[in-house]
Amino acid sequence: MRPGLLGIEPLTREEIESILRRAKDFQPAGNQSFKKLDLLRGRMVVNLFFEASTRTRTSFEIAAKRLGADAISITAAGSSVSKGESLVDTLNTLAAMRPDAIIMRHSASGAPHFLARHLPIPIVNAGDGTHEHPTQALLDALTILDRRRALEGLRVAIIGDIAHSRVARSDVFLLSKFGAQIVLCGPASLLPPELARIAPGVTLTTDMKEAIRMADVIMMLRVQLERQQDAPFPTSEYFRFYGLRLEHLALAKPDAIVMHPGPINRGRELSSEVADSQRSVILNQVENGVAVRMAVLERILCA
Amino acid sequence: MKELLIRNGRVIDPASNRDSIADVFVRSGKIVAVGPNLDAAGAQVYDASGLVVAPGFIDMHVHLREPGFEYSETIETGARAAVAGGFTSICCMPNTSPVNDSATVTSYIVERARRAGAAKVHPIGAITKGSAGEELAAIGSMKQAGIVAISDDGRPVMNSRVMRRAMEYARSLNLAVIDHCEDLNLSAGGDMHEGVESTRLGLRGIPSCSEDVMVARDILLAELTGARFHVAHISTRNAVAMVAFAKSRGLAVTCEVTPHHFALTDADMPPYDSNYKMKPPLRGRCDAAAVIDGIVSGAVDAIATDHAPHPGSEKMQEFERCPFGIIGLETAIGLAIECLVHSGKITVRRLVELFTTGPARILNLHAGTLAPGAPADITILDLDRQWTYDVERSYSKSRNSPFHGRRFRGGPVATIVNGAFAWRLS
Repeated sequence: MRPGLLGIEPLTREEIESILRRAKDFQPAGNQSFKKLDLLRGRMVVNLFFEASTRTRTSFEIAAKRLGADAISITAAGSSVSKGESLVDTLNTLAAMRPDAIIMRHSASGAPHFLARHLPIPIVNAGDGTHEHPTQALLDALTILDRRRALEGLRVAIIGDIAHSRVARSDVFLLSKFGAQIVLCGPASLLPPELARIAPGVTLTTDMKEAIRMADVIMMLRVQLERQQDAPFPTSEYFRFYGLRLEHLALAKPDAIVMHPGPINRGRELSSEVADSQRSVILNQVENGVAVRMAVLERILCA
Repeated sequence: MKELLIRNGRVIDPASNRDSIADVFVRSGKIVAVGPNLDAAGAQVYDASGLVVAPGFIDMHVHLREPGFEYSETIETGARAAVAGGFTSICCMPNTSPVNDSATVTSYIVERARRAGAAKVHPIGAITKGSAGEELAAIGSMKQAGIVAISDDGRPVMNSRVMRRAMEYARSLNLAVIDHCEDLNLSAGGDMHEGVESTRLGLRGIPSCSEDVMVARDILLAELTGARFHVAHISTRNAVAMVAFAKSRGLAVTCEVTPHHFALTDADMPPYDSNYKMKPPLRGRCDAAAVIDGIVSGAVDAIATDHAPHPGSEKMQEFERCPFGIIGLETAIGLAIECLVHSGKITVRRLVELFTTGPARILNLHAGTLAPGAPADITILDLDRQWTYDVERSYSKSRNSPFHGRRFRGGPVATIVNGAFAWRLS
């Protein structure tokens, strides 16, 4: 069986480099509209989303179609999941229709890993609970590399709800493999001390200014109130202490960039001015998402 | 009159302070004599040369799922798994449906166990009605019907005042109060031990502290009430230290350890493998080492399995949806021999204590010795037998074990209950 893509952590640096190299081939030049390729003609992928998603699902669908594959998207509401079918039965049913890969997002950490053990079909993890979101880390790396020669030695601040962020974990695993310095920052209840030990090169701080000082990259995360049983910090003053504003940018390197995996909440984790500033590469991230997912799908389906 | 002579084994009976090569003579379900070169013409003879002959092992913490969850286990299948694992007596927790909170349910369990044969089954009664943590169950009536302790295992009594009343009442009945020590607010939503592994895997953590605060509370209540308090499946460094401290102050505080908590750590779990999901969770290295130190030092009184069968369908789900618990009756002794005896941590005699006199004292069981007149419950071990655990051949109805395929050195070879072979290695 061909392997899918479950996470960044198990990948080698060489595997990541090869995906990123190929993704560069798929970046459209200038303002050209994209020409459809036929590298995956006759292939079929299923997008199975058990959690709400706009950008990731659309991005995977567009990536598949640009490569000439057929793509079907299923969301959990309206599927047999709501009729009490177990996850493994749902996936077995879909697998019996012989798609070439299943792209899935699920609210449970490890759900794709569990299924990969029981299904004879490649699974691409499009986000599992609070664990990993591997294609987001790949598109983040591509976006940084559009503006920097290498990831090695870069100082990357990741700020917000680290504890519940699958984006943060995947970014940490990826950046660490390439020798970046990663500073994780947030209120203490969203920043468990064990984070400093999940990969080399990670430091923690609860002080946002310290995190941003001399940073090359500032990644802001959404505060995921829906993942918290009870607010572990006073939400009313979150923006005051952890919201990114224009004045913060003076602390970072002069050419520092601001990233965000989206969806952004203006006025909660970053100000409107920052979101719309020249430093923001948030829309470039979205654009690169398609290129990276094309590279991933090609790698899995044309192995 | 049925007679059995177990010849030439290394007889280890801590209660009689014996560890020597001897014969054991059994008649009519009772031990008649233990000594060298016994004469028993006409008796059935079992050659125990090279083997350890010990009092029947007791597992004071199992879940038999009957009544109510017979698709996971029944009293009969559990009792058969027990003897196949070397146990002659097991104590079943009350979290059945209905909960064992009345003499009626207790009597039902006792009767079903009697019919099943195999291992002796001693029920543990609920502390509160329905194990809801509010109103005390009919503990005295249950004791008359056969319970040997009380516990709301799995649904710990959060209300300290209720726990105090339970301890006071249990003291008047001379019953031990067994607590599954877990502060449910601190552990809420957790799926595995809170540490680097849970952080890496993005799983919600169960902090060691959620166990520690309840152990501390219960020790203080035991001091206040004079009750006998037993910590079920102790798993943390601080909890072991507190139990040792309570013992040093002369309190009647005891604890048990499960084999998985000394054999495995959270880092041993293949990613998201639900056969490694239980409560308390597999802890970190430091906690696991402290538990072993507690076994060595005497802070720990017993080894118990917390045998918790779940059908495959319930374990075949997203990790966070899978129920807690693993089966353990058939691997416990092998793990204890491997991790504790062969590793040089404890003697065989100490191992025997942990499975016999330790639990027998806590529960006031008429078991755990080979003294003449005692019931002839005997466990025979081969400390060097090489074997591989195949969960598909388990006597349990369930298959949720992390030890499938594990190679062992040492384990039980025969289990004798009331003078008759309940199981022997074929």
